[in-house]
Amino acid sequence: MAQVSFTDNLQKHLPCPPKAAPGDTVRAVMEAVFVENPPLRGYVLDDQDRLRKHVNIFINDVAISDRVTLGDPVAETDRVFVFQALSGG
Amino acid sequence: MAEVFYVASRKGLFTYRRNGADWKTGAPNFLGEPVSAVLKDKRDGAVYAALNLGHFGCKLHRSDDDGASWKELTPPAFAKAEDGDEDAPSVNLIWSLETGGDDEPGVIWAGVNPGALFKSEDHGESWTLIESLWNREERKGWFGGGYDQPGIHSVLVDQRDSKKLTLGISCGGVWKSDDGGTSWRLTGDGLRSDYMPPDQSQDLNTQDPHRLAACASDPDTIWCQHHNGIFLSRDGGETFVEFKDVKPAVFGFAVAVHPKDPDTAWLAPGIKDEYRVPVDAKLVVNKTTDGGKTFTPQSKGLPEPSYDLVYRHALDVDETGDRLVMGSTTGNLWTSDDGGTSWRQLSTHLPPIAQVAFG
Repeated sequence: MAQVSFTDNLQKHLPCPPKAAPGDTVRAVMEAVFVENPPLRGYVLDDQDRLRKHVNIFINDVAISDRVTLGDPVAETDRVFVFQALSGG
Repeated sequence: MAEVFYVASRKGLFTYRRNGADWKTGAPNFLGEPVSAVLKDKRDGAVYAALNLGHFGCKLHRSDDDGASWKELTPPAFAKAEDGDEDAPSVNLIWSLETGGDDEPGVIWAGVNPGALFKSEDHGESWTLIESLWNREERKGWFGGGYDQPGIHSVLVDQRDSKKLTLGISCGGVWKSDDGGTSWRLTGDGLRSDYMPPDQSQDLNTQDPHRLAACASDPDTIWCQHHNGIFLSRDGGETFVEFKDVKPAVFGFAVAVHPKDPDTAWLAPGIKDEYRVPVDAKLVVNKTTDGGKTFTPQSKGLPEPSYDLVYRHALDVDETGDRLVMGSTTGNLWTSDDGGTSWRQLSTHLPPIAQVAFG
């Protein structure tokens, strides 16, 4: 399973410890995380389940390209990072 | 007079409490977070705070112990579009929070960007989009005023009949409902816009009422600080008359109305459009006591030079009409205990202020 971790800036608002989550796309991985942590959804995604404008997700060292459907592929050994963008502050 | 007021700022929610002849505040709630709206529900004592987290979206919190602790609520949100429309709406600012009528315990209204009204019937725990307004064809003609998207900043509930609602939308004009939001009609004859082509200047649907404020004891009297001037309605927002040639300026954002005297109102004027600073760098509060026949700039205790801008929610009057509070985008904060004749500066170093509200 992919290893998902979250910016410390999110920990200020709600608990979101690192998590191993199944799924072969960013969407699938994040949905698996949200099942166990429902309030986290609204912090990462907007009303339409798009990635919030000033949140970034990286798969290993590469920023995802699909911020709308979150369709970037994720491998079992990947690390997924949810970061706060430098914009938006 | 009011003993508590709240300051919604760019870096948290400050609560000021009367302490003898002084005011006292402590560390803010939500330190570091932009607070876009605050509401004290005088029916049950709850305090609501809307946050606009730069990265993580709009949030809503309620305190049932006057700020000692807060509960995060599910904020107003649009339903997910079934067709996957990339442009489908998402709430990006909770711009106004208002209580329902005294006969509607737990009812809270939220005006948001982009141009939507939400209602909660359970103390903010859950929210329903008012689709009767959202689905109006005219909404497609609204546009942003101050923000990229249109927004609802004024929600007036007629305490004589809480089904009667009046909205101020920038830029979408004045809308009224007589049935608690089931149906709506566009009103505001008499409003005028200079930012539209001449033949469209009186189009009701593109007016920019920066702020609407009703007199508590006479809800048919509604003062409007409009983008293009100062307007007054005596029929609950159906029609307005304009006051021209008001010095030092007719432009501004904020307006407050005396709760017992509909002829008395306060405004915070500035140079319009691209400047948005006090005229001649001299901050004043413009006061009328005769229903707009005359306005008297009040400057005692206010700074000069000044480049303060008072946002539309950053001027409030208490239930006596004697005590006022005003905050600016420069982080200055003032109170008055004599109906706005003289002002006392409480702070010169707060974060930018979005709203002040008596508790």
